[in-house]
Amino acid sequence: MSETAERVKKIVVEHLGVEADKVTEDASFIDDLGADSLDIVELVMAFEEEFGVEIPDDAAEKISTVKDAITYIDSHKG
Amino acid sequence: MRRVVVTGLGLVTPLGADVETAWANIIASKSGAGTITRFDATDYACRIACEVKPADHAYGFDPGKRVDHKVQRQVDPFIIYGIDAAGQAIEDAGLTDMSEEERYRAGCSIGSGIGGLPGIASESIVLHEKGPRRVSPHFVHGRLINLISGQVSIKYGLMGPNHAVVTACSTGAHSIGDAARMIAMDDADVMLAGGAEGAICPLGIAGFAQARALSTSFNDTPEKASRPYDKDRDGFVMGEGAGVVVLEEYERAKARGAKIYAEVVGYGLSGDAYHVTAPHPEGSGAYRSMEMALRKSGLSPADIDYINAHGTSTPLGDELELGAVRRLFGSAMDTVSMSSTKSAIGHLLGGAGAVESIFCILALRDQIVPPTLNLDNPSDNCVGVDLVPHVAKKRQVKAVLNNSFGFGGTNASLVMKAI
Repeated sequence: MSETAERVKKIVVEHLGVEADKVTEDASFIDDLGADSLDIVELVMAFEEEFGVEIPDDAAEKISTVKDAITYIDSHKG
Repeated sequence: MRRVVVTGLGLVTPLGADVETAWANIIASKSGAGTITRFDATDYACRIACEVKPADHAYGFDPGKRVDHKVQRQVDPFIIYGIDAAGQAIEDAGLTDMSEEERYRAGCSIGSGIGGLPGIASESIVLHEKGPRRVSPHFVHGRLINLISGQVSIKYGLMGPNHAVVTACSTGAHSIGDAARMIAMDDADVMLAGGAEGAICPLGIAGFAQARALSTSFNDTPEKASRPYDKDRDGFVMGEGAGVVVLEEYERAKARGAKIYAEVVGYGLSGDAYHVTAPHPEGSGAYRSMEMALRKSGLSPADIDYINAHGTSTPLGDELELGAVRRLFGSAMDTVSMSSTKSAIGHLLGGAGAVESIFCILALRDQIVPPTLNLDNPSDNCVGVDLVPHVAKKRQVKAVLNNSFGFGGTNASLVMKAI
């Protein structure tokens, strides 16, 4: 697992209170991890803080799985 | 009008996070006061409070017991305390698995005096330092006062009236009184009713201290600071926590064989129309509130065995309440016991009326009245009044009166009696 993936996973576990082994790359925040739309807003904020990236609203709307988040962060972080 | 009884109790207090622990500590004359640990209060005029203790303390509170991890992260402490106390109460009443039909007739009336002050304070710093895009999406609904009722209704599927009182330090008593009326008026059959507070934060302590409401002379002996009716009292000690009761229509409770703690027989409410923080100089609002509650109950002052006073340990408030009680009770002062449990757990503000109503109910159950701690030198006008100094007292308790008065000049009184 990449370093980004590790850090993303840690944030997801902390914010959603889910078991670490449920946070697979294919897991959907809403369907598999019990998040609602506001939880995703909060997760995106946490990713922005952690990685120093900006995730605009239109990009955030397209992030639905753990992998979507990792891919976006890897391609935008400085 | 339909009769309303209490069938479940829940408490989160500085002396215990369940009913039996908190009550045992109250009866054992323990104090929940200490130096503030939530933040560094070194530079504050008041450096003490009655904090709810952490989970590893002998009578600490474990938020993980009844509050979902995600919810804990999103909401202010007063909501967490309220959800837990409501959970205890509904479990105690044996009503966690009501049918859908029953749940349409079951509601919530759990309020708070101040609400999410710690979170409002900390998030305003985030806004100032990091800008609007860093404000939590859960900021608003994690701080709103009606969100205990909201969260509890979602957790237990309660689809009846969803209400939340905000009347400062009268909140808990008004919440129970209003909910009892909803049942009496046939709006609901079951109501979770009470109040919660969690305002021990820099802004809360600074604000009340600036209003000259807090005790500031006992920073080195915190357990001595809350001393209602004592000559040396100099203000209240802030407490936190929650109290929630299950109210139920009497025939329904009887039919299902519920454990019935007490009947809510009288509710009185009034306004001082005088001053935002100072009580009316003749205690007229307090008098009218008690008088209404007694009149509705059909009882006379001589029938009341125990009064849980508002008694916050402020110089003015205690005298005026006692004067109003004297005028209303007359010769019945000789037989009534009156104490302030704020001497032990501090002032829970919006939670006070509910927590103290539960202590009244337990006094009825156990035939014992809780003490007023630190009453070393009673004020001159206390002569001849049984204020239950220092230690709890075994006595007959058939009917009780609870008083709660709040900033804005808002007063509420409840009368309850054994069935």
